[in-house]
Amino acid sequence: MNDKQALLAYVSRLGDNALILGQRMVEVVAGYPELEEELANANFALDYIGQARMFYAYAGELEGKGRGEDDFAYLREENEFRNFLLIEQANGHFGDSITKLVLFDAFYLLLLEALTQCGDLRIAEIAARAEKEIRYHLRHNTQWLIRLGDGTDESHERVQASIDNLWQYTGEMFAVDETDERFANSFNGPDLDAIRTEWQANIKAILDEATLRMPEDAWMASGGKQGRHTEQLGYLIAEMQYLQRTYPGANW
Amino acid sequence: MVATTISREQILDWLSDVADPEIPVLSIMDLGIVRGVTINDEVVVDVTPTYSGCPATEVIEKSVIEALHDHGIENARLNRVLSPPWTTDWISAEGREKLREYGIAPPAAGGTKRELLYASRSIACPRCASTETEVVSEFGSTACKASYKCNDCLEPFEYFKCI
Repeated sequence: MNDKQALLAYVSRLGDNALILGQRMVEVVAGYPELEEELANANFALDYIGQARMFYAYAGELEGKGRGEDDFAYLREENEFRNFLLIEQANGHFGDSITKLVLFDAFYLLLLEALTQCGDLRIAEIAARAEKEIRYHLRHNTQWLIRLGDGTDESHERVQASIDNLWQYTGEMFAVDETDERFANSFNGPDLDAIRTEWQANIKAILDEATLRMPEDAWMASGGKQGRHTEQLGYLIAEMQYLQRTYPGANW
Repeated sequence: MVATTISREQILDWLSDVADPEIPVLSIMDLGIVRGVTINDEVVVDVTPTYSGCPATEVIEKSVIEALHDHGIENARLNRVLSPPWTTDWISAEGREKLREYGIAPPAAGGTKRELLYASRSIACPRCASTETEVVSEFGSTACKASYKCNDCLEPFEYFKCI
């Protein structure tokens, strides 16, 4: 892997995380229990999809084969997506969704902050734009996690189960692979070890306030960053790509 | 061809008639998203998006080109720039006043990163100026607004949220 390949892989992976999470959230549009959350969810999904478009457009330019953002989103196979397994997990109940978003956004915010300082100007610019949005997401979702954890016995128990279940997918975010390493060395990319330390402290503070227990690190699922996904992703992609697969080149 | 007599100021003046499609009381100049105008063989307008996924971005870009066409400039192009990123601090003083008159509380000046994460702010009611207000929903009719109500005059209002 040379620098250019690492850069392309890195950018396209950033796009994959943003797109798949955005698409997951789109599934529950018009399905949330109250209006505020309905609007929050739809607005957040829009932010992720907007970020995915910027990352994919850049990936297309780096690749130089004439592919654009739609090609990356709609015309790639499941094993070409390199998003985290955490991102693709089904929405579950409201507590599951909020927990997933807090775990990811607490990481994503730190990652974006680090990326604003990276050696690739375009990524730094997109990160500076996206960071402001994710800060607002994290603020909102953290308040919900605290409310659910420190709420009724029922909500506490259910959201604790969400954390215990999703924890196994958090290790992958910090697992350095060749792409991360090359990007860190050649483009002054993020130090995932440092991010992990800060993420753990931030998550611990949130969980403490929510009277929730932070799980012990144990076996961690991985594979998303290498294109080996859980069963969940296939269904999502099938629905997302249906139109372009059925009516190739459809436009409006 | 672009007539060499057209000045940058003239173009900016025309652009101040281009309204934001979601908050039409604001022009794109008030909003602070026009970052530059270059006049050579063609007119190039640098525009930055507000939010990454803002659905108004494409409409705004189309309106800019149309406005220039209406003034006889055929050779106009838009250049999307990302840096420095837009924040609500880019909204002009005039824009803030227009928002208030329109019934939307203008965004508070940008705080520190930590404040943006955790602090809650007191937002003045755009109708009676009371700060006895409370948030109804962090989200409103568009991505950039939150819903509030005033506990003094009892009117609901929108707040252009600070990012």
